[in-house]
Amino acid sequence: MAWKRGRGVAAINYPTGMNLGGDPTQALVHSTPTGNFMVTLSSVDLGQGLRQVIAQICAETIGVPTEWVTVDTADTDTGPHCMGTFASRGTHRVGNAVIRAAQEARQVMLEVAAEELEADAADLETDGKGNIHVKGAPSLSISIFETALAAHFKHGRSISGRGMFLVPRSYPETETGAMKPSTCYAHACTVAEVEVDDETGEVRVLSIKNVFEIGRALNPKMVEQQLIGGSWMGMSHALYETTEPYYPVRDHGARDFNEYLMPGPGDIAETEIVVLERPSGDGPFGAKGPGEMCANPQIPAIANAIYDAVGVRVDTLPITPERVLRALRAQQAAA
Amino acid sequence: MAKIAVQFTLNGSERAEFVESGSTLLSVLRDKMGDTSPKAGCRQGSCGACSVIVDGELTLACLTLAETSNGKDVRTAAGLSSGDVLHPLQRAFEEEFAAQCGFCTPGMIMAATVLLERNPNPSREDVIEAISGNICRCTGYEPIIRAVLAAARSNSVAA
Ligand code: FES
Ligand code: FES
Repeated sequence: MAWKRGRGVAAINYPTGMNLGGDPTQALVHSTPTGNFMVTLSSVDLGQGLRQVIAQICAETIGVPTEWVTVDTADTDTGPHCMGTFASRGTHRVGNAVIRAAQEARQVMLEVAAEELEADAADLETDGKGNIHVKGAPSLSISIFETALAAHFKHGRSISGRGMFLVPRSYPETETGAMKPSTCYAHACTVAEVEVDDETGEVRVLSIKNVFEIGRALNPKMVEQQLIGGSWMGMSHALYETTEPYYPVRDHGARDFNEYLMPGPGDIAETEIVVLERPSGDGPFGAKGPGEMCANPQIPAIANAIYDAVGVRVDTLPITPERVLRALRAQQAAA
Repeated sequence: MAKIAVQFTLNGSERAEFVESGSTLLSVLRDKMGDTSPKAGCRQGSCGACSVIVDGELTLACLTLAETSNGKDVRTAAGLSSGDVLHPLQRAFEEEFAAQCGFCTPGMIMAATVLLERNPNPSREDVIEAISGNICRCTGYEPIIRAVLAAARSNSVAA
């Protein structure tokens, strides 16, 4: 009876967003009289940082500093339609909608600036710091502040834009079932190292090493933060979390945080994250969705590591000590 | 039901309220005194989101009757910064990206405050022990552990 070590690997291919009815998201962007910009959404930021990333996307598209953009994710009653933030779709779907809305707003902004500068809107560019000038002639310039004031008080125009992202719906081919469930995929590969106590069935995860391919990381620190948390969640799905441990029997299901198990700070594994960036063709600035994807590869990697350690395949989640022990008993009985 | 008076120091100022007998410290802080930094995660003592410091002890405000705090010194995460200057723990949480949704953050910071007050140079194991009564659903704990260790380092540099 001893702690046995094992190592397992797994790789995944994960879709960004879904294909149900086209997966639409809409966004509205408008400027205040003083040239700050407001993005109105009904998409929710549940802590993953959607608001920050959307502010960056909007700012980059319009050509203003990120701090000038306020993102209102207030209300599904009043905001433009969004399917929601799930399915790793937020940055990609909402970001694409915001780019379109911001482009339309930028166009109006440049038209107003063109009238003020007596130039052609097509000849104007932004400096990213809050000014608009004629290409090649930086002295022929107007601030976005002045431009917004002029739009509001002189030209009677609304510097605003509407954005919509809709994936054309893909229907399965009748003969083959082939379809296009998603427009882009993120990828990940994980190597997990575990120790299994063959007397108690307990599993300790020693290390989890992940490589994530997520398109362009629009905010690298926040991406890293989400991937570290996701890696922990993957381990949690593999070994701890369930509301129905004896499904389909619902007895002994967790009712609160005392009974619903998750790895605590003392149970975490040494975790490594490597990010690969292969920009997606249709993502905002090349982004894909890392959200859900990042909590998946740890599960098969840990299951494989357990197999490597003690030679049993547990194919029901979570891999509790009880399930490991039962599998070990079955293995002995068969021997 | 008859109301009872509770009076204690909250982050350095004298506060008093008439509350329903049986009110928890958590509900008095949040609903009567407007300090929403302690969060109501489970209201049954298992998540740590409501952690505050009462007379130097880490305390679950959801399990504490408000009246037992009479005359005591209550500190919450809202009282940590001085004006615009963040507490080293708050700064470290920011720099280490130790919050995502932020719901566990005030409780984590309270637990870490008590740790650092007692043990200015904690080991990684000390930090793990100190925050093990606090649940975080987002970060995987690693960034939080790093932040507390970083705050301890910056304190010892400052001292
Ligand atoms: S709210 Fe007090 S411990 Fe959860
Ligand atoms: S940051 Fe969300 S619970 Fe800790």
